[in-house]
Amino acid sequence: MNEQTLHFKPSEGFRGRAKAVVDNPFLRQSFRGAMDFLMSKRAAQFPDAEELESLRTLGESIRQYNLAKLPTLLEQLEVNLTRNGIQVHWAETPDEANAIILGICQHRRAKLMVKGKSMVSEEIELNHAAEAAGLDALESDMGEYIVQLAGEKPSHIIMPAIHKTKEEIARLFADKVEGVDYTDNVDALIQIGRTVLRQKFLEADIGLSGVNFAVAETGTLCLVENEGNGRMCTTAPPVHIAITGIEKIVEKLEHVPPLLSLLTRSATGQNISTYFNMISSPRKPGEKDGPSEVHLVLLDNGRSQAYADEQLRKTLQCIRCGACMNHCPVYTRIGGHAYGTTYPGPIGKIISPHMLGLEATATMATASSLCGACSEVCPVKIPIPELLMRLREESFTAPHAKPAMRGQGAGYSAVVSGIWRGWAAVYRSPALYGMATWLGSRFSWLMPSKQGAWTSVRVPLKPAPKRLRDMLRERG
Amino acid sequence: MSARDRILAKLRPFSGSTATNAPDVATWFAGHRPRESVAEKAARFRHFIELAHAEVHAVTPASWLATVREALRARGIDKLLVAEGTPHGEAALDELPRQGIDCQTYDLAIEAWKSEMFNATPASLTAARAAIAETGTLILWPDAKEPRLMSLVPPVHIVLLDTTQIYNTFFEAMTVEGWKDGLPTNALLISGPSKTADIQQTLAYGAHGPKELIVLMLTEDAQ
Repeated sequence: MNEQTLHFKPSEGFRGRAKAVVDNPFLRQSFRGAMDFLMSKRAAQFPDAEELESLRTLGESIRQYNLAKLPTLLEQLEVNLTRNGIQVHWAETPDEANAIILGICQHRRAKLMVKGKSMVSEEIELNHAAEAAGLDALESDMGEYIVQLAGEKPSHIIMPAIHKTKEEIARLFADKVEGVDYTDNVDALIQIGRTVLRQKFLEADIGLSGVNFAVAETGTLCLVENEGNGRMCTTAPPVHIAITGIEKIVEKLEHVPPLLSLLTRSATGQNISTYFNMISSPRKPGEKDGPSEVHLVLLDNGRSQAYADEQLRKTLQCIRCGACMNHCPVYTRIGGHAYGTTYPGPIGKIISPHMLGLEATATMATASSLCGACSEVCPVKIPIPELLMRLREESFTAPHAKPAMRGQGAGYSAVVSGIWRGWAAVYRSPALYGMATWLGSRFSWLMPSKQGAWTSVRVPLKPAPKRLRDMLRERG
Repeated sequence: MSARDRILAKLRPFSGSTATNAPDVATWFAGHRPRESVAEKAARFRHFIELAHAEVHAVTPASWLATVREALRARGIDKLLVAEGTPHGEAALDELPRQGIDCQTYDLAIEAWKSEMFNATPASLTAARAAIAETGTLILWPDAKEPRLMSLVPPVHIVLLDTTQIYNTFFEAMTVEGWKDGLPTNALLISGPSKTADIQQTLAYGAHGPKELIVLMLTEDAQ
């Protein structure tokens, strides 16, 4: 199914992947149209600038307050979930998370798992692990289902199949779904998906879901969705397994309404999603449906590294709305797949280095113009450009003894650093500067006509024949 | 050391190292959301849930069963799943079978009739516990009498809402009702029929849940 393995290097091949999309007018148009649509839908939800700003400030303070108390809240969540009958598991790595989930499945002798939309399950490559273990793991969110049928990965965290046209989906269904003729009518296509997946909800042994907010004081898992597949996965099968990153936690139930409002309005421009599903226990005696077992897997996978640094911790404020990618001029042009990471776009650039290490992601933070659109729309005010600058520093400064990040210095080059040190020395000393510019103006003919990436779209750099100071002297 | 202990050990030394003033959610809502009259809340609720493609009818205690019957007849449906032991379920059981509508009850655990639920249950009737005006949202707390799948699997979901039970906001609903002191197995907010825009941002209804949501807004005054 998925061709990418867990430990690949997103930095490698990034240029090629990005160029392929930039050169493809259909994909360009697809993303441009989709992003324009999502941006205008979001804007329509926030007509009042004061309301937006104060709600973002509230959202930011809720996330920062809860992160500051994270270890205590995780323990409180565990106590309350356990009291409610929900089993809590902890995983440091994707491999541990997969082992826990597949262990539960094997214990139940499960054959079929239906999955609600969960980016954390993408992050751990659960579908891969399930396939290897002989378990059928079927995506049930329409977008995820389409992407899985096509053997691809989501290109957007909220709209997984945003890169596909309805004609492509129509051909895909006609080819891959038994007994289906070609139709590019969207309603008909959705009904095909509905029919196939209803049977699977009925048969499935395991339902898997993500979590949008985990409430510590009540021991409650909250899920946001429109389709109803999340409710199906968490209600119809006999076992429900939820998986989430350790940062998705709030202490108080009253923290949920502001975050929910920010999430749905920022993500898809809806004042609320069709469903908000709050799960606090498995089926109780006397109840007639719902899973008899509910599990929660709490995943670290590098989040604790971000947590340890006051600045990098802001990365964990994220509520995964995707507004940063919708507004990103780079994402809009290169699409989600070019990044090569589970989370694309601005949030992907700042969270992936903690998950994969800077060795694999050293150049990701450089694929940005630092225009700041992402932080301007971020519902919890993550200073993304600031974090991108920090990650550049972590990547490109010489490796040192107490790095804040795994792979610190992975992008370091002694030659490049030497050149910049020389540059700094020249610009600090008037005498050296005078000499350097004098040499430059005399030997400008030595400048090569091909200057790497610079000349791919620009004329070569060449020092002027006369220095500014000489011209000023001539004018008197 | 377990994964749990290793994760907590990595987090603990850094806990509390940033500003930790408790966020004041109540003040924000008091300053940014109107407190409306029952009629205003009902109008706002109706506006938003209709925008989300729900069909809304104003009904009275005397008329609502006739509205249910009409809604089903208009769709050519002669079978309705109802909750035995609830006032509205019992009222439906008393009345509708005489009018040619087969009322099915959810009296067995789902394992005994899952296939029938998925393949031969065209419509259901449940009550809403309350609603939210700000977003046009129904609040349901499914329970042993009115289980979770009733509001999810049947393609047509009919909901009876007492119009006096509409809150301004979700925040108001959870604080006034003291949700933090006890949540049910599953608490649900429903704001329209199931939908998706996953194919080329084109909105389509009836993705996995009900294709149609019919809301009966119950008021005492007969008209």
